[in-house]
Amino acid sequence: MTSYSEIRKLIEARKEFCASLVDTLRSDARNHESINAFVELFDDDFDAYAREADRRSTGGNARSLEGMCIGVKDNILVKDRECTAASRMLRGHRAVYDATVVRKLRADGALIVGRMNMDEFAMGSTGETSVYGPTMNPAANDRVPGGSSSGSAAAVAAGLLHAALGSDTGGSVRQPAACTGTIGLKPTYGRVSRSGLIAFASSCDQIGVIAGTTEDAARVLGSIAGKDGADAESASEPVPDFAAAVRQGVRELRVGRVTEGFIEDLPPQQARAISRSAELLASAGARVTDVSLPMAELLYPVYAVIANAEAASNLSRYDGVRYGRAAEGETDFHTSTARSRSEGFGREVKRRIMIGTHVLSAGYREKWFEQAARLRRRIREAYVTLLESVDLLLLPVMPEPPAFREELLRDPLRMYRSDVYTVAANLTGLPAISVPVGKNEDGSPLAVQFMAPAFREEWLLAASAVIEGGTR
Amino acid sequence: MHAQLLTRSKLFCVCATAGEDLPNTRTCPVCLGHPGALPVLNPEAARMAVRAGTAFGGALHHTSRFARKHYFYPDLPKGYQITQYERPFCTGGALRFRLPDGTDGHAAFERIHLEEDAGKLLHDGSRVRADYNRSGIPLLEIVTQPVLASPEAAVAFLQELRRVLMYLGISDGSMERASFRCDANVSLRDNSGTPGQRTEIKNLNSFRHIEHALHWEISRQRELHAAGMDVQPVTLLWDEAGKAGRIMRGKESAADYHYLDDPDLPEMSIHDEEMEIAAGSLPELPLIRAARFVAAFGLTKYDADVLTGARLVADYFEEILASFPDGIRLSMATAAAHWVGGEVLAMMKEQASEVIPVPASHLALLLEHVAAGSISRTASKQVFDRMWRSGEHPDHVIAALDLRQISDADSLRTLAGQILKAHPAQVQAYRDGKKGLLGFFMQKILVLSQGKADPLMSSSILSALLESERQEPGESAGRRSDPEEEIPGRGGVRP
Ligand SMILES: [Zn+2]
Repeated sequence: MTSYSEIRKLIEARKEFCASLVDTLRSDARNHESINAFVELFDDDFDAYAREADRRSTGGNARSLEGMCIGVKDNILVKDRECTAASRMLRGHRAVYDATVVRKLRADGALIVGRMNMDEFAMGSTGETSVYGPTMNPAANDRVPGGSSSGSAAAVAAGLLHAALGSDTGGSVRQPAACTGTIGLKPTYGRVSRSGLIAFASSCDQIGVIAGTTEDAARVLGSIAGKDGADAESASEPVPDFAAAVRQGVRELRVGRVTEGFIEDLPPQQARAISRSAELLASAGARVTDVSLPMAELLYPVYAVIANAEAASNLSRYDGVRYGRAAEGETDFHTSTARSRSEGFGREVKRRIMIGTHVLSAGYREKWFEQAARLRRRIREAYVTLLESVDLLLLPVMPEPPAFREELLRDPLRMYRSDVYTVAANLTGLPAISVPVGKNEDGSPLAVQFMAPAFREEWLLAASAVIEGGTR
Repeated sequence: MHAQLLTRSKLFCVCATAGEDLPNTRTCPVCLGHPGALPVLNPEAARMAVRAGTAFGGALHHTSRFARKHYFYPDLPKGYQITQYERPFCTGGALRFRLPDGTDGHAAFERIHLEEDAGKLLHDGSRVRADYNRSGIPLLEIVTQPVLASPEAAVAFLQELRRVLMYLGISDGSMERASFRCDANVSLRDNSGTPGQRTEIKNLNSFRHIEHALHWEISRQRELHAAGMDVQPVTLLWDEAGKAGRIMRGKESAADYHYLDDPDLPEMSIHDEEMEIAAGSLPELPLIRAARFVAAFGLTKYDADVLTGARLVADYFEEILASFPDGIRLSMATAAAHWVGGEVLAMMKEQASEVIPVPASHLALLLEHVAAGSISRTASKQVFDRMWRSGEHPDHVIAALDLRQISDADSLRTLAGQILKAHPAQVQAYRDGKKGLLGFFMQKILVLSQGKADPLMSSSILSALLESERQEPGESAGRRSDPEEEIPGRGGVRP
């Protein structure tokens, strides 16, 4: 499809462009059905959208995202559309209101193309726990596309969309971006409203952007960021011009390259990706120093306790009474609820609900949940302090290359471990980005991650643009 | 106990707390627990909470937290209730109240916190339907320390608590609508004063039920002790019809609520400024106000209690006093108290009215007319009745009903002359010494004047005429002390 920067040129020339664009959208989506990235295409909206976009383009009053084709993960509500979090539990559930991000994107002229496949309730790192079946990886077809925003990443990687929204609770935007060679941005907690995002772990959840270019990621972030009265945790921090940040460079930025503190040795290719990125940044004027990753061995365990506790709590609303799957033929409420939940939730979701329920139980709460909450505060302090001495942290996204399909389904502990470098941003609320840096020796995509101080997404975008320019 | 706060919208969403009563019409994705919906604290509820905490003198915390209390029940849309657990917004506090024997009581509080209400289940034959109009309505929960020594003390405490919450304007105090409700914990102390095992009673829907239930539970625990048996930690459901408690569940099987600080809500913060505003705008609380009425206006303790029962009534009473001219304010206080405590309260009850439609200045004027004798007390009740219903000015009503008292000596003398002339036998009997016949003449003059003759003046004019044998009725007899003078006050009625 036409890149978004090309579309902006057509808009500046006041040309019609949208009719052919939506034709391409339809045929591309059809031709790539085997990727299983889309759960539903909202193509009944396309023609009316195209007429309006062309009218605005030729009339010279196009909006900031006019003509941008964006998919939304199936846990972000679009009014009157089904929204299921890829779970049997919510099959047939129609949203009665728009997520704030959807409202904002449409107000800025974007086309919401459809809803994207994902791991059930955003729990998974492989795109394989969806009730709609697994998502394929267009960048390496024997590998998983990563998760949980698997469809969002796969569609952008296959060129079916300019960008897609995902949600990132423990790496669910950055990790699939790394697996598919796309850019994945997790903003600061509070930067983007969560209203209309089906919750997984509320204190970690953040809607993020997957895009083919840094500039497109910046444009989308600029649209969806900002204080929202419907999310009490959203921040009043002013929203800068992210698109301008892309071009501002990294001169004088202090970059802390993580060289030690990993829980195990980094595979040589990952280490080389880090070095290569550091060189690119240094040659663009950044001051690179070596730092150690704080509290690495605690990150995943603390995350697992907190995220699963919140997940068990958030998912307790699915009892089949008001919406969603209801077991038939039961007259007793508790029996009916137990059956609805047993039938509605998949294995991975049940596993996490059970872990989460356990760590909050009387007698275990102090040992697990409360201890994890205390450690989380220490982790936050350590990262915030480190990010006072450097402006950006350069680290891996995953400890190993994308896994082969079905490989991790049989080994949940290894799957959980693949989140080890991404969860720090969720535990601390700090922003982070995953940027592609070429390929592994086996041809699968390779990526690095940057973390920044709170509300400094501009620096992430600036660094991403430099890497992008150097590896293109 | 729990009191529903009188906010316009619910605790965490913008749905109305009152209005349409059709099931599930006052709901939204937040209070229905839809996926993706997030709670946002209603600042009005927080302000009311701060008001209560300030009035009870509790320690208000600059920051407090909401927590999720988990259990599955069809009236609970999210699978958890948002409440405050480890960090309530207020700890401590206390309430002074009057015990039935007239002595002062004092109940210290454990804590005060905010939480949301659940929905309601409607049982319809074998079907159960859920109505979520109540889901998310803000509740103030107050937990006292175990300091109430008898069922009577508990009821007196609750009555005063209810009165104070209503004074603060944060609760309507209705037990019928369950917007004011309590769960009672009961334990007996042994001879050394150590409290025994505690039980809890729920479903207490009126002060009378509370008193019955507490007496019943105390006897039950006494009997257990007498029989050498242990009191079990149970929760009982009170059945007023059967006058007995039913064991709902043993506390050993009490649910584990898996409390979790709600990650969707930031800490609730109360700034010094808000505390100062709350402290500065507190109304005078009822017991203090009653004491002031006694001291400042010379009311009896009883009258002061009656007037301070509801803030609206006490405010009205003070407005009436403020309407009187300075010179007569104190002398009119008791009359005003009796009128408000009698006629006004009776009318409110009769009309089931929560407002007083008669402006205080109008009632003040009516009372002045009564005091000045320009209208009789009996007639004044008729006037008030019409003022209440029509909202008319008292002077208009008096004129319209022609109720102005006849207190002009000449007119009364003419009336008296007619009566004496019509009843010569009775006049003779009186003059022969049957002085009791004065009542007979009084009754005649009232009938003749349609009740408007000023009784005191009529009686003195009648006796004067009867005593002065030779004088023809109608001739001047008592010009010396002419009672016919302009009535003091404003806007006097001209017959
Ligand atoms: Zn609502």
